[in-house]
Amino acid sequence: MPVPGPLTAAHSTVTETPVITTTGLTKVYRSRGREVTALDGVDLHVREGEVYGVVGQSGAGKSTLIRCVNLLERPSSGTVTVAGQDLTALAGRGNRAGAELRKARSRIGMVFQHFNLLSSRTVQSNIELPLEILGVSGKERERKALELLDLVGLADKAKAYPGQLSGGQKQRVGIARALAGDPKVLLSDESTSALDPETTRSILQLLRDLNQQLGLTVLLITHEMEVVKTICDSAALMKGGRVVESGTVSELLATPGSELAAELFPVGGEPSGPDRTVVDVTFHGDAATQPVISQLSRTYNIDISILGAAMDTVCGKQVGRMRIELPGRFEENVVPIGFLREQGLQVDVADVNPAPAGALLKDGAK
Amino acid sequence: MTWAEMQPLLRDASLDTLFMVWWSTLYTILGGLPLGILLVLTDRGGLLQNTVVNKAVGVVVNLGRSLPFIVLMVWLIPFSRFVVGTSIGPSAAVVALAIGAIPFFARLVETALREVDHGLVEAVQSMGGGTWTVIFKVLLPQALPSVIAGLTTTVIALIGYSAMAGAVGGGGLGNLAIVYGYQRSETGLMNITIVLLIVIVTAVQLAGDLAVRTLARRGGRQAAPVGLRRLWTPARPAPKPAATVPAQAEAPEAVKSS
Ligand SMILES: Nc1ncnc2c1ncn2[C@@H]1O[C@H](COP(=O)(O)OP(=O)(O)OP(=O)(O)O)[C@@H](O)[C@H]1O
Ligand SMILES: [Mg+2]
Repeated sequence: MPVPGPLTAAHSTVTETPVITTTGLTKVYRSRGREVTALDGVDLHVREGEVYGVVGQSGAGKSTLIRCVNLLERPSSGTVTVAGQDLTALAGRGNRAGAELRKARSRIGMVFQHFNLLSSRTVQSNIELPLEILGVSGKERERKALELLDLVGLADKAKAYPGQLSGGQKQRVGIARALAGDPKVLLSDESTSALDPETTRSILQLLRDLNQQLGLTVLLITHEMEVVKTICDSAALMKGGRVVESGTVSELLATPGSELAAELFPVGGEPSGPDRTVVDVTFHGDAATQPVISQLSRTYNIDISILGAAMDTVCGKQVGRMRIELPGRFEENVVPIGFLREQGLQVDVADVNPAPAGALLKDGAK
Repeated sequence: MTWAEMQPLLRDASLDTLFMVWWSTLYTILGGLPLGILLVLTDRGGLLQNTVVNKAVGVVVNLGRSLPFIVLMVWLIPFSRFVVGTSIGPSAAVVALAIGAIPFFARLVETALREVDHGLVEAVQSMGGGTWTVIFKVLLPQALPSVIAGLTTTVIALIGYSAMAGAVGGGGLGNLAIVYGYQRSETGLMNITIVLLIVIVTAVQLAGDLAVRTLARRGGRQAAPVGLRRLWTPARPAPKPAATVPAQAEAPEAVKSS
């Protein structure tokens, strides 16, 4: 499904300073003698000012990971560092969080799939709650809450109750509330999964704007590739409690055989018969405008069939991908493939029986 | 028996009943609310998870609930005498009533608090809230309608118990009905007593329902008076949703997820 136009211009907020770092993060759940390893040595590096997406099948450990970042879930081993502070060192024993950990948490915003707004409080009062916890005075709380409501485009809903809002509006309140403590980091666990596509888009746009305007680092969990495609600078793929692929989206797209890249940008098409070579060609930037296929055909005098092709915008960049079929086996096509690589294109020789596109996240959709 | 004879008896008995119900309700809240909170917090996965405390409180509460009230009352006579210096009369009854109702109310509070979405607790924890914040800003406000409903049930049970307490010398309307209505066959007085009890119970129930409905309506979907409010305060700048954030007009909000 193509994104209807680029959401944002190139981003400039990303720096090389790490903001969220996990090392060897492990979480084992024990219940009635059974052990479930939800996280199995996760090393995550989120840089300042980036939007980082974590995707993976249901049960891959995504929620566990994000809940370990602010220690809502206590990791079994490994460390979590947020904005230079080792949170795992602050964790006391038992379920109670000590004063220092609570203070650190107040500087990490969190947005939830089901919004988690207090129905007994007005919108404004919900946004004031984190400030109450921080001990901010009443006047200042009100000022801040109204400012945040303005920021998320809900200035006229201050006195409404959450029950009177639509899903998208509730999530805007959730985001405003998460921003009340002036966090550097925003965690979002499937914050758009309960919303329809149009509302999802507007919430993602809001997150992107906040990221750009406030330099906010966003770590988000999702099972929708669309979300990653739309706003993420970097992404990680989780499987069975491990991060199996990670990097900036451009890096991933340029990685031959990257599962995430293939999911971000699937092209289909079955070969028309045996003894054919199927090649996936990815175009970035300028290469997209070169007539490479006709050049290839003329230069080597071969017939090329196009099995599938798509242009798309990934993270504000035009990317094209094409699946073509060359006659003959791979060995006979080494030279034409070399020609394509020389043109600066990324060329993946596809497995003739590739895994069906979408298999990666099929279980993720609820 | 004439109305003039009955009137002072009825007035005193009603006041005694109200006295017993009022004070025992107060002590029931003071005792039952913390116990209910404790039961929830110390449970598995709770903020103050503590199996020993949870089991101990649970056993005491169950014990209190499984004893028939009349047995509890008789059993508590020495204790009542120790606390208020007498084992008969409304004051003594208050002790037994409160002790009988505390476990009952504690369970109702526990149930009410369990209904609160755990996501809300997590949200507050993620903001840096501690246990007290969770109790006073999340659990109690969110469960308030259910707690009030539980309290209504408890008060009505207390009215019933207070009449029963009358049977063992507690005073009040129950005592009146037994002493005059049963032992002296004053059917008229007995009927009036019954009507009075019905009136009191109904009044409590109506008041409780009203409170629950008012509280529940807060979170409901009724139209907020924001339109009017904006007319009255023209000084505030008009909301500009698209000023800082180019918020896409949300779809006609066909999908309303709760
Ligand atoms: N409290 C818990 N007790 C026991 N096991 C748990 C608990 N929470 C999660 N798990 C297990 O840990 C694993 C990872 O769960 P997690 O919720 O992190 O997955 P997820 O990637 O977020 O999935 P989804 O996309 O469905 O939200 C699963 O196997 C799950 O059953
Ligand atoms: Mg999850």
